[in-house]
Amino acid sequence: MPGGAVDPYSAHDSGMAHGNMTMVGQVDHARNGFDPTAMLTDWETGRTEVLPDGRTLRTFEVGAIDVEIEIAPGVFFPAWTFNARVPGPALRAKEGERLRIVFRNLGSHPHSMHFHGIHSARMDGVQGAGLIDPGEEFVYEFDAKPFGCHLYHCHALPLKRHMHKGMYGLFVVDPDPARHPEFAAVAASRVLGSPENAEWQELAMVMNGFDTNFDGENEVYAVNTVGQAYMNAPIRIDKSRPVRIYLMNATEFDPINSFHLHGNFFDYYDTGTQLTPTLRTVDVIMQCQAQRGILEFSFADHEDGMYMFHAHQAEFTELGWMGFFDVREAGA
Amino acid sequence: MTDHIQRSRPPMTRLLLVLVPLAVMLGAFVWIASLDPLRGFNNGAPPVEALTVERTILDGSGISLRVRAGGSEAMVVAQVAVDDAYWTFTQEPAGPIARGDAVWLRIPYPWVLGEAHHVNLLTNTGATFGHEIAVAVSTPSPTWGQLRLQAVIGAIVGLLPVALGLMFYPAMKGVGQRGMNFLLALTVGLLAFLLIDTISEALELSAEAAAIFQGSAMVWLAALTSFLLLMAIGRWRGNPEGIALAFYIALGIGLHNFGEGLAIGGAFAAGSAGLGTFLVLGFALHNVTEGIGIAAPMLRARPTLWTFAALTLLAGGPAILGMWAGSLAYAPQWSALALAVGAGAILQVMVEVSAYLVRQNADRQAALMSPAVLVGFLGGIAFMYATAALIKI
Repeated sequence: MPGGAVDPYSAHDSGMAHGNMTMVGQVDHARNGFDPTAMLTDWETGRTEVLPDGRTLRTFEVGAIDVEIEIAPGVFFPAWTFNARVPGPALRAKEGERLRIVFRNLGSHPHSMHFHGIHSARMDGVQGAGLIDPGEEFVYEFDAKPFGCHLYHCHALPLKRHMHKGMYGLFVVDPDPARHPEFAAVAASRVLGSPENAEWQELAMVMNGFDTNFDGENEVYAVNTVGQAYMNAPIRIDKSRPVRIYLMNATEFDPINSFHLHGNFFDYYDTGTQLTPTLRTVDVIMQCQAQRGILEFSFADHEDGMYMFHAHQAEFTELGWMGFFDVREAGA
Repeated sequence: MTDHIQRSRPPMTRLLLVLVPLAVMLGAFVWIASLDPLRGFNNGAPPVEALTVERTILDGSGISLRVRAGGSEAMVVAQVAVDDAYWTFTQEPAGPIARGDAVWLRIPYPWVLGEAHHVNLLTNTGATFGHEIAVAVSTPSPTWGQLRLQAVIGAIVGLLPVALGLMFYPAMKGVGQRGMNFLLALTVGLLAFLLIDTISEALELSAEAAAIFQGSAMVWLAALTSFLLLMAIGRWRGNPEGIALAFYIALGIGLHNFGEGLAIGGAFAAGSAGLGTFLVLGFALHNVTEGIGIAAPMLRARPTLWTFAALTLLAGGPAILGMWAGSLAYAPQWSALALAVGAGAILQVMVEVSAYLVRQNADRQAALMSPAVLVGFLGGIAFMYATAALIKI
């Protein structure tokens, strides 16, 4: 062993928790224009006004733009984006609201916004229903239902290319407590901005992958686009507050993705359309493409420390999809 | 008439006549570079990228790759994944890799003895370049023990069979004209096999080299050059025959054995060949005919014992050098070049031995088609082909 060299076979030789199994360098989030840490809590709520019938009209503005983004240190990907970020803005509304999404295509190809929700065929974002050419504009309008953790994505063809280039985002509809009296407290805790909701630490996570050489296999896997972002900047968790993750799988080419939490278990609400858990006390869930759900867990009784989370397909993990929760007391 | 049209010009004028086109050429290059008239062809396509792994070293500190860039612009290796896991690495020297330059990538990866690994190099544009390590074994390091061990194998493969072949000399000495024709034709036959074998080996290796070396053209041109040079040197003072011709044969065979050593050494280093006794014996048997071939043109001469020693060293010794070079400093383009030079040398001796054979016979051309010559020639090829089956993996 030459002096000073790293011994790849030693478990103790390297400084970081993930040893030598890591990417080299750091992504320039400022140049990208979006930061994975900020994205976790960056909900797009649009602007609201009250309609004559007393309902709320919520308007979102979204533009499709071509942007080159750095998805791993030094690796650039020619992305197609919603609002110059991948994933696109995490749209958040409340059950029963009227939604209006003003969509402009500033990109180089036809694009659309296809929402997973309940709406008419005219608003579906497929050919002849809101699929628009570059330079055009379309307004999607429908009611926010059902409540849950949903997504939107471009439905232009070929679908696989438009999806994996980065055209997807979360679409969360909070339940209206008044419509669910039997679970009013649970529903209230999910309404963004309510006092009950303020106790929770809510995180928006989109599992995705990038096929940088366009051979039909992903080179980089991540949650919120940047490989290993939450290894380099662990997500700060205040252990006195429960955690809720809105998780969606936007990975192309691989049929499923998964989420595994270290040292803890969680309740899982598949698609988020129920107020009681689909699965209780699990530590791995899997999602097929476009599947999503809500994870709820607490670190209240845990020791402080770094708790890992990652896909439990080791291949995805080692190609970037892993991170840490930095669990501490508030202010510690 | 034409002789008188050329009038001698003053030296200044002649210099000017060379300088003017040179200056125009320089000016044109500056103009093209500064005005970029090809701008109109810029269709937004990303730069062409090419990376060639020339050498792989596995040792206690992990995996080291020598990588040569051949892109249309300088290239950046952004990330390295081994077996689908991103891994830390350092690059020496650091920074973008200019076209034609080579760097070392050092990856502290705990490779597993005897198993396969796949290294994937990811550039800043997202292009990937894979490199397969078929069987991971520790790369031999140039220690005395290693060098000695390889020298022993080289001697068994190269020196021993040539010496054994030359020992048939006394037995061959007594043959008549037909026997002589048979032996010379046998020599040409085995050389024909070696020529084809060497060229195909060189082309195969050159295909692994970076495009910048223009593998196929390099092999053919190097072979042609070495053939012409050796022909010119050989005929400096008349046609080579007797002991001189034997030395040329030994040189050609020596270069071929250098290539054989490279192949064994390279396979050894890459872990793709467990060097079994069977394989080494196969090489020895395959090469015995080389000694017979070297002896054939000396049957009318009186070589000393020293001549035999020198011939053995010249023909067999390079196998040892090849073993060392192949396992320690393996780069496909240089190996291909060495083999191509060897191919040219082999062609030269084929020509010279054939010419010698023709001169030996009063009826000249007719002798070429005599049964002894045809049987010898085809027998040489057949013997080499059959024994090669023992050593091809």
